[in-house]
Amino acid sequence: MSETKKPRWPPGDLVIWIFIMAELLVFGVFFATYAFTRAHHVAQFDTYQLTLNRNAALINTLALITSSYFVVRAVAAIRADNSQACFRWLLAALAMGLLFLVVKGAEYHHHFSMGVNLGTNTFYMFYLSLTFFHFLHVVLGMIILLAVALKAHRGGYSAAEHTGVETGASYWHMVDLVWMILFPLVYVMR
Amino acid sequence: MKYQSQQVAKLYFIAAIGLFVGQILFGLIIGAQYIWGDFLFPQLPFNQARAVHTNLLIVWLIFGFMGAAYYLVPEEAETDLVMPWLARLMFWIFLAAGAATILGYIFLPYADLAKLTHNELWPTMGREFLEQPTITKLGIVVVALAFLANIGLTILKGRKTVINLVLMMGLTGLAVFFLFSFFNPTNLVWDKYYWWWVVHLWVEGVWELILGSILAFILIKTTGVDREVIEKWLYVIIAMTLITGIVGTGHHYYWIGTPEFWQWWGSIFSAMEPIPFFMMTVFAFNMVNKRRRNHPNKAAVLWALGTAVMAFLGAGVWGFLHTLAPVNYYTHGTQITAAHGHMAFYGAYVMINLAMISYAMPLLRGREAANSNRSQVWEMWGFWLMTISIVFITLFLTAAGILQVYLQRFSDNPMPFMEAQSKIVLFYDLRELTGLVFLIGLVVYIASFFVGAKEAEAKTDGEEVVTA
Repeated sequence: MSETKKPRWPPGDLVIWIFIMAELLVFGVFFATYAFTRAHHVAQFDTYQLTLNRNAALINTLALITSSYFVVRAVAAIRADNSQACFRWLLAALAMGLLFLVVKGAEYHHHFSMGVNLGTNTFYMFYLSLTFFHFLHVVLGMIILLAVALKAHRGGYSAAEHTGVETGASYWHMVDLVWMILFPLVYVMR
Repeated sequence: MKYQSQQVAKLYFIAAIGLFVGQILFGLIIGAQYIWGDFLFPQLPFNQARAVHTNLLIVWLIFGFMGAAYYLVPEEAETDLVMPWLARLMFWIFLAAGAATILGYIFLPYADLAKLTHNELWPTMGREFLEQPTITKLGIVVVALAFLANIGLTILKGRKTVINLVLMMGLTGLAVFFLFSFFNPTNLVWDKYYWWWVVHLWVEGVWELILGSILAFILIKTTGVDREVIEKWLYVIIAMTLITGIVGTGHHYYWIGTPEFWQWWGSIFSAMEPIPFFMMTVFAFNMVNKRRRNHPNKAAVLWALGTAVMAFLGAGVWGFLHTLAPVNYYTHGTQITAAHGHMAFYGAYVMINLAMISYAMPLLRGREAANSNRSQVWEMWGFWLMTISIVFITLFLTAAGILQVYLQRFSDNPMPFMEAQSKIVLFYDLRELTGLVFLIGLVVYIASFFVGAKEAEAKTDGEEVVTA
């Protein structure tokens, strides 16, 4: 990374923003397709939506919001030149990510043991596809955060140069943001 | 050229161009058979000539990829190829096996070729693009393994760069997915299902990694932009390629007997497949705009920019045109598919190969950085003639396809296939004429290797020449 005149905006690497935009486009198309399809099958979607565990999803929503908060603290810590605090906040964020995966895994376990699969009906097709696609993004986000955390632990970032932390944080916020739309759309909206 | 062993690339590039000529000649033959159904019949039936056209394409592109790897990997790894002798040996084995197979297609009825090569022992023949006799397929595996070992060990020995790793991933994927050509279930649904693991996961998956890494290499070399910047782009492009392309396989699973969710998965993910191609276009133009030097090999830069644009149009836009399940319900297997196939293969894989050849060949032939001005002018004429021809071939086939869909599948009184074909023959005439222009472009392109060969190298205006 060239140290000369790094632009303040957007935070992190410009390329991650291009990636984020592309990802949001994919999710956007997915959400739009969901919405249009639901309009044609309102009764089915309403019926099977009730089989989802809203409490689990709420826990997951809180887990992701909290993890985003921890990531914010990690960025603040590295701006104060505190690598080890940054590392610890990132570990906390990762723990929240892990909580998300465990809760979501339990939900999948429940549905699969009830014999639900992609072919059961259109609602379940969307539910499983959308949430699993997001699930994979949580995993990818965690891999990125872990890489950033390890580098922070080694003292690889400083108050002057921490593009990597901001890059990872930006991606993680996107993963969070997508869930903020997915949760009401799939679990709550009637 | 920095390492003596890179020289083996030259053999591969020459063979690639030679086979390219064969591919175009056979394209013209089957193009003529669309107009005069009994042209060259019974000596050369359409199905056999078409197999030659498509197989030659695939084989020459792979020759090109191998040549590109043999040139690029040592330079990136900053070390000589570990076994240049093996690369030479495999070249001749691959060429001989390929030639024997093609001659088999041309001179034997396909069923006789199957009998001759004992297809019954391990039946793998008879599927589109995978027509090769089983023994040829085994030969391809041997060549691929030797090739991967050669460049893999070279990468292990030398400097590890993102470009080398992405290229290695792509080439390994190419070899691994080819193994599904040996899997030939009797259930037709499963047969088609895995057939696409070769066909789709090649051209809309791992080949895109090869394309991305070669493009990145050429851009580093010709623009002087920081490797770090280019590598970041490469990461994002391949991530989007894999995210959209793997599940995008679903756009082939709409009507073959697979579960319905594939219509959703295929539509949504493949609709996003243009994104990585669009990124590639933005990437290439951005890097050239930010260039730190003017490379004297203007032709190579033209090919690199050309491939970014044409891959986006051919693979991205023309792919999107018929990728959504409700649209594909009507367009499946019509001339729309042929239109997409021509522009996508040319734009993505032909042009990236020619870009690499354009960049590397002058160096392999002892130039400092570029060919003479005159040679480059000829090459650029070849570029424009071939590229514009492909654009028109695509447009004519698209028109033919739209008409075909309407007459045969959409109108109130749908016509039988052959009757609809007779109504659209005008577009086949135009396509064949444009194909002849393409051939002229190819001849001009090949001539560019010989004209101005003794003249001085091109220089950049008012700037010092930067060597490769």
